[in-house]
Amino acid sequence: MTAKGWKDLVLIGVLVLAAAFVPLVTDGYWLSIAVTAMMYIALTTAWTLFSGPTHYISLATGAFFGVGGYLVATGMSDHDLPFWLMAAIAPVVSVVLAALIGAATLRLSGIYFVIFTLGLAEMIRGLVSWVQNNFLGSRGLYVLTDFTEAHIYWMLLAIAATVYVIGWLIDRSRLGFAMKIIGNDEGVAKHLGIDTARAKVLLFMVTGFFSTLVGAIVAPRYSYIEPNQVFSPELSFMVVIMALLGGTQKLWGPIIGVIPFILIWETITASFPNATTLYLGLCFLAIVYFLPNGVVGLVQKIIAKGRSA
Amino acid sequence: MDILISGLLLGGTYALVAMGLNLQYGVARIMNLANGETLVLGALAAFLAFTAISLSPLVTMLVVAPLSFAANWVAYRLLLRPLVKRAKSPGQLEVDSILATFGISFALVGLMVSIHGEYYTYSFLARPIEILGTTVAENRLVAALVAAGIGAALVGWLNFTRTGTAVRAVSVDRQAAQLVGINVARVSALAFALGGAVTATGGTLISTFITLDGSMGVIFTMKALIIVIMGGVGDLRGSIIAAIVLGLVETAVASLIDPGLTLVSAYVIFLGILLFRPQGLFGKRNA
Repeated sequence: MTAKGWKDLVLIGVLVLAAAFVPLVTDGYWLSIAVTAMMYIALTTAWTLFSGPTHYISLATGAFFGVGGYLVATGMSDHDLPFWLMAAIAPVVSVVLAALIGAATLRLSGIYFVIFTLGLAEMIRGLVSWVQNNFLGSRGLYVLTDFTEAHIYWMLLAIAATVYVIGWLIDRSRLGFAMKIIGNDEGVAKHLGIDTARAKVLLFMVTGFFSTLVGAIVAPRYSYIEPNQVFSPELSFMVVIMALLGGTQKLWGPIIGVIPFILIWETITASFPNATTLYLGLCFLAIVYFLPNGVVGLVQKIIAKGRSA
Repeated sequence: MDILISGLLLGGTYALVAMGLNLQYGVARIMNLANGETLVLGALAAFLAFTAISLSPLVTMLVVAPLSFAANWVAYRLLLRPLVKRAKSPGQLEVDSILATFGISFALVGLMVSIHGEYYTYSFLARPIEILGTTVAENRLVAALVAAGIGAALVGWLNFTRTGTAVRAVSVDRQAAQLVGINVARVSALAFALGGAVTATGGTLISTFITLDGSMGVIFTMKALIIVIMGGVGDLRGSIIAAIVLGLVETAVASLIDPGLTLVSAYVIFLGILLFRPQGLFGKRNA
């Protein structure tokens, strides 16, 4: 187990190094797709950190991401604060938000959590638009920095790698052990004296932190920011699909889902822009009926079959 | 007074939609997140029939209800029943049904947007009418009255007929229902289909006074979910009261503060329920 754990870490290190060279060999269209893919890799890995072991489907990504993008924009545009200060404050705000959401919903059954996060991005968007229109004056927010696409790509890669390492460390900690028991049987975990709510809330806070950081880092890419655009419920669903498509038992599983999904998504957006929602729907159905454990699960099943045959 | 009457009328229509969802979740145990899209489909049918052959939505409703019943029956048998069979635990069924109905909901949004990508605007009974000194649009009043009629019929059917009693029995305890000779699979399919029909009818009614479009379903799903949880899962009476509470609060917030904050107000209610009465207004603890 320990040896295999180290092997996983080395493998990821090699992948990160290889990925770091992407902006040096490509630019323009393909680099922009690489940035999008890296953004989703960071988001899905952060999502899997919480939703993988707990099996709770979190739809809060859009809300966290929006908090990141919006706070950076309003801080820089309305108060002339530096980018890095806002990029540091935003995740902290989200950690508090995640703690509150977690405290309200994670003590109860998973269904309440899903429902609560379902409308969360939409709700915060409504609140933010209202505050902006009535108290701050409605004007566009600008995020102007010197970052190039390559810079954003490297920062996202660094976040994804950090999330992975943190996940790897959690997996080897008492918290990770507790999560495994909770994921298998929450009743057993409670009887063992594990504070299940506390463990879940903690993990959810970590996810919130990194999803927001991604939102903050990506903000300079849009330069002009509106609440309607950053608080996107669609983003939450895309993250869920990509993570489940890859498989959530392993922290690196989602990466396998992100790349094919993004390539197909870009093709569809380019040629049939009206069919994207239908595509999302069909992907969900395909996952439930044909790939209940994602691509990683399917491959594992095939290998297991090959061995037993 | 204005707020009270408008809120009651809005709540009456919400009640119908939430009853539909409650039948699906409380009896068939399927958390149907495509509920809002079912509603929007009902609205789309009303819009198309009205603009094409100026058919009254009240007539369209009579066509929408059986069609939606049949479609939901088929969806349950083909898509959701396999998940019920496959699930090893209630938790797994919950996750699977959430994902599957998300899929259905996105697929429906995609289809509806390709049928008609703009707002479903039409004008039906948009005349002012005065009740108790308050002026309301006639279409709101008609919608709320029809909703009340359907709701009353549904409650009567559940309480005073043999099949209705079977439906309630399945909602209370699936295994015990099976033991006394109720065909749980059949009753679940019936409840799911009926819930879909009720929701689509609600959509047809709502379309007479709210302008919808293909992508708005999720907001209605959200509201229906909040109502069902507030009223208690499986408790139709609770749903009706919760729907009226939500209708009143939303109308109050929209007219006193800002119409953009209705979802925020729904969330505040939801948060209060989660913190203080997660079992619903009339539910028992640990039930």
